[in-house]
Amino acid sequence: MSLASGVFIGAAGGYLGSLMLSRRMALVAGPLGHLTLPGIALAILYGYDVSLGAFPFVVLGIVLIWALELRTKLPMEALTAIVFSSSVAAAFLFLPIEQAETALVGDIGKAGPGDTAASITASLFILVAAKTSYTKLVLINISEDLAVSEGVHVRRTNLLYLLCIALIVALGVKVVGGLLTAALVAIPPAVARNVARNMRQYAAGSLLVGAGSAAAGVVLFQLTGLPAGPLVILVDAALFLASLALARR
Amino acid sequence: MSATATLAPPILEVNDLSVTLGTQRVLEHLSFVVRRGDILTVLGPNGAGKTVLLRALLGVLPYEGRVSWAGGVRIGYVPQRLPYIKDMPMSVEEFFALKRIKAAAGHEMLAAVGLRDELRTRRIGNLSSGQFQRVLIAWALAGHPDVLLFDEPTTGVDVGGEETVYKLLARLHDERALTMLIVTHDLAVVYDLSTNVLCVNKSSVCHGPPLTVLTPESLRRLYGAEVKYWRHEHG
Repeated sequence: MSLASGVFIGAAGGYLGSLMLSRRMALVAGPLGHLTLPGIALAILYGYDVSLGAFPFVVLGIVLIWALELRTKLPMEALTAIVFSSSVAAAFLFLPIEQAETALVGDIGKAGPGDTAASITASLFILVAAKTSYTKLVLINISEDLAVSEGVHVRRTNLLYLLCIALIVALGVKVVGGLLTAALVAIPPAVARNVARNMRQYAAGSLLVGAGSAAAGVVLFQLTGLPAGPLVILVDAALFLASLALARR
Repeated sequence: MSATATLAPPILEVNDLSVTLGTQRVLEHLSFVVRRGDILTVLGPNGAGKTVLLRALLGVLPYEGRVSWAGGVRIGYVPQRLPYIKDMPMSVEEFFALKRIKAAAGHEMLAAVGLRDELRTRRIGNLSSGQFQRVLIAWALAGHPDVLLFDEPTTGVDVGGEETVYKLLARLHDERALTMLIVTHDLAVVYDLSTNVLCVNKSSVCHGPPLTVLTPESLRRLYGAEVKYWRHEHG
């Protein structure tokens, strides 16, 4: 169960990450992951799926940051810092301390059949949405003006993209917790970019590294009993180091 | 300048265009007409709102006033900079694949701007700045646009005796009956290439054929100081 959902979430994270990295947005998954912590805490307290708890908080966070930016004209990064740190602080007021590990670094070992089916469905949605708008999103990443001149509906495409980011963060907390979500979308494309000769290899490589590292992390967890989330990230990091040796620039 | 250019039908009519970004008024009450086959250069100092004008014409920025393109006009756009593209492992061929055109059309345009076929598999990040600019021009032209909007072509990209970007633009204009709007601050380009010039410094300072409207007085109003480069012709 946990292996199947891990592989799908890892693949979706890597693939979507290949778009986020080229837009220099890979790190936003970090603060977005942190601000899901109150949602994860609620889910743990009341015994429902952590992704379900996390998702409304990511959406709320994105809307809040966007609304504050319109109102205050403060830089996005400052607003993100305000929103996510308040959120983390709020979570620790009522998160039972013995459950903190699940919230912070994930606990995919708990996945049941219902959870797994939902995770796979949501991951497939991200993969299909990202695949069908990949060309448009790459064009928007290069230049919104150029995308407009090619007739791309930038606002609609960006909205779908943000929805996918919110979904992958909510799914990601299940695998790696609220603390490590940035790694799920940042490291696989970084590995792929080091070795890819072109965009096709880069996108496919990101997906494969994401899926592969999640699979390896879950298998290592089953063998060692160590927490799966950190193991997934460490496999990713090891692959990144290996890719440096093959890096072409 | 020529009789045909002035008689050609309008391809773009701009009436009382103003653009406000945040609280700042960047462009004010611009009105001008571009006719089919014209080469209009938009001249002005840095920060005068030239790029903002192009972006408003593209429909990327909100504006007041009226911008009306002739029906069914296709626009090709060559932006000033694409800072993120070199971060991606994208080949020239893949860059063209982002457009909804046949691969052969991309190859044809690369040849038309004077690039060798073997560049197709080269990564965009590994191109020289001259090659990159040519790729951008070829990309903009690959959908067979009627109008080319070009933001600040770099001058002096004629390494190794290749034709300059301006000669290339002049050739493409003649071969493809293109209308062009070129943002620049290079006066030589204005005189050598354009049929009309629009001097912009927030509002319109002058508009018309360069030899008629570019006077020491209008250039002083445009740049706020004495400009030495000015061409005078009799008759």
